[in-house]
Amino acid sequence: MTRTFTTLLAGTALGLVASAASADTLRLLTWGSYAPDKVIEMFEAENPDIDVEVTFSNNEEMIAKLRATGGSGYDLAQPSHDRIFSAQQEYNIYKPLDLSQIDTSVMAGNLLDGVKANTTIDGEVYAVPHQWGTSGIMANMKEAPDVTGWNDLCDPKYQGRTSMRLRRTILLGTAFGMGMNPFELYGDKDAYQDMLDQVTEKLIACKANIKTYWTGGDDLQGLMMSGEVVVSETWDSTAFKIYNENPDIVFVPPETGALAWIDTFAIPRGGENDDAAYKWINFVLRPEIVTLMSNSTGAIAAVPNGIELLPDDKRAAVAAAFDEDDLANLKFFANIPAGLEDMEGLALERIKAAQ
Amino acid sequence: MRSDAARLSLFLLMAPFALWIGLLIVLPQIGIGYVSLREKVGPGEYTFGLGNYLDFLGEPIYWNTLLRTAWMSILVTILALLIGFPIAYYIAKIARARSKAALFLLCLVPLWVSDLVRAFGWIVLLRETGLVSGLLQGTGLIGEPVELLYNDVTVVIGLVYTVVLFMIVPLVSTLDGMDDAMLEAGYNLGGSRFTVFRRIILPYAMPGIVAGCIITFMLAAGSYLTPILLGGKNSSWFTEQIYSQFITRYNWEAGATFGVLLLGFTSLVVWLGLKLTGQSLATTVAKE
Repeated sequence: MTRTFTTLLAGTALGLVASAASADTLRLLTWGSYAPDKVIEMFEAENPDIDVEVTFSNNEEMIAKLRATGGSGYDLAQPSHDRIFSAQQEYNIYKPLDLSQIDTSVMAGNLLDGVKANTTIDGEVYAVPHQWGTSGIMANMKEAPDVTGWNDLCDPKYQGRTSMRLRRTILLGTAFGMGMNPFELYGDKDAYQDMLDQVTEKLIACKANIKTYWTGGDDLQGLMMSGEVVVSETWDSTAFKIYNENPDIVFVPPETGALAWIDTFAIPRGGENDDAAYKWINFVLRPEIVTLMSNSTGAIAAVPNGIELLPDDKRAAVAAAFDEDDLANLKFFANIPAGLEDMEGLALERIKAAQ
Repeated sequence: MRSDAARLSLFLLMAPFALWIGLLIVLPQIGIGYVSLREKVGPGEYTFGLGNYLDFLGEPIYWNTLLRTAWMSILVTILALLIGFPIAYYIAKIARARSKAALFLLCLVPLWVSDLVRAFGWIVLLRETGLVSGLLQGTGLIGEPVELLYNDVTVVIGLVYTVVLFMIVPLVSTLDGMDDAMLEAGYNLGGSRFTVFRRIILPYAMPGIVAGCIITFMLAAGSYLTPILLGGKNSSWFTEQIYSQFITRYNWEAGATFGVLLLGFTSLVVWLGLKLTGQSLATTVAKE
């Protein structure tokens, strides 16, 4: 009985091992549009011995997946820059980067320095930047020409015609809209809770004004394109996509500053093919690939002239949205200290459950 | 020798099933129970205790959502029974043999489409710029576009649509076995339609009703996609909170606790239901 059972188990285990990736596979854990087929084809043509396998995900799922496996199963991950420090501290899921293998000279200096500063633990750097973009407001200029910032989402003028995503970004944006700076409160849990309480109250009072909470880019696109929603919180890349189809709908950087995120390259602790990972990093930052990539993602590459390297239609959308002051006023997400996400999570659940 | 061979073949037959139950159901459940007892005290530090369960009790949002989910799932079960029973009765007793198979097939067709697509179907129909709203405007019944999506009614409709089949199938198979002579005898003895229904059909169908109710209730309480896609800004669903604990807050301990609580609570509701209707699992689901 036991012998047979052991044999069965051993057989199953063998089967699993045999199907696991061989050394010349690059297993990429990234965002929906961050590995366009064209780019993968070009990469594989240049490196015939490497197969690229892509898993699409988002910040939270990337961390959850890597945590579940102790950092193995993938060779390269692309979480946002503010999601690395505490995840690494708590779950130890990444390994330090070997910066000598990465051509950092092609990256925009300020973004590289920012990401390095955010992701250095014990003198080791865990991530370098890939693409960046912002979160802000999107408005249909025909219906809502006066929109300037986060507070307009709760303006009774647009009763039943606004939308937001019920995640931490809206908490931060609303706090800025109310004249507070959440990033300055990161060190003081009591003050942060106090800020969260005020934001929660405001967003609960705002619920009647909102049509629904959107959950993904496609969802939001449907709501805006159909005209059911005229003002919404948005990722700029989603807004740029919509602008190409309906130029009345533009991205509005909030007057308090659009919230900026940087998606990075980070190598999971159990990654088995670092060489291929470094090759991919250097490959996708080449100017000709940057354009292909930005065309697919709608985000801006973290290279010195990232905006100029955007495809024409995207560049027009960015030009319609940002002027120099807006770009100077960007608020980059700061590292989230451990424990704060629990407080934010509870605030979000309070808002969702309120009637 | 012969008994050895028989034993071996039985063992070989049962092995995949035992592995499936063991590896995919029993072990993960034990794991979830274990994680739910782990309390987080600091980054990477844990102790054992009931802290996660106390947190659940101390936060009204959580148990309100659990009760709400249970209550709406019961409502869905009752509606599915009310809608499913006449359909099942028609298929089992009234339809002729040939149309019977066709009708049954028609009931199965929606299952060929994934949950996600079915939910999007409802979205296309019910959204403000959707078909129903457009139709109502076209006929002049309403002047302004009307939003039918994003509320509890929509969630209930969507869930009933998703689970009603799981009510119909056990009902049909139970009612199929009922001898028509029993109904005739009932009428011959002077019973009215209602009496025949109450004293003959209902008791006979009881095992099917209970089995159907258990399945639909469990499916509704455990569903994730439909409430999220069709639900409004106020409609929290318990599975959604489990997801957010695991994925967006990395709080596996609380997520596991919620999972155990959902399983325990739904089991309790099923047990109560069985007690109240005077049935037992042995006489319904496990009936020969």
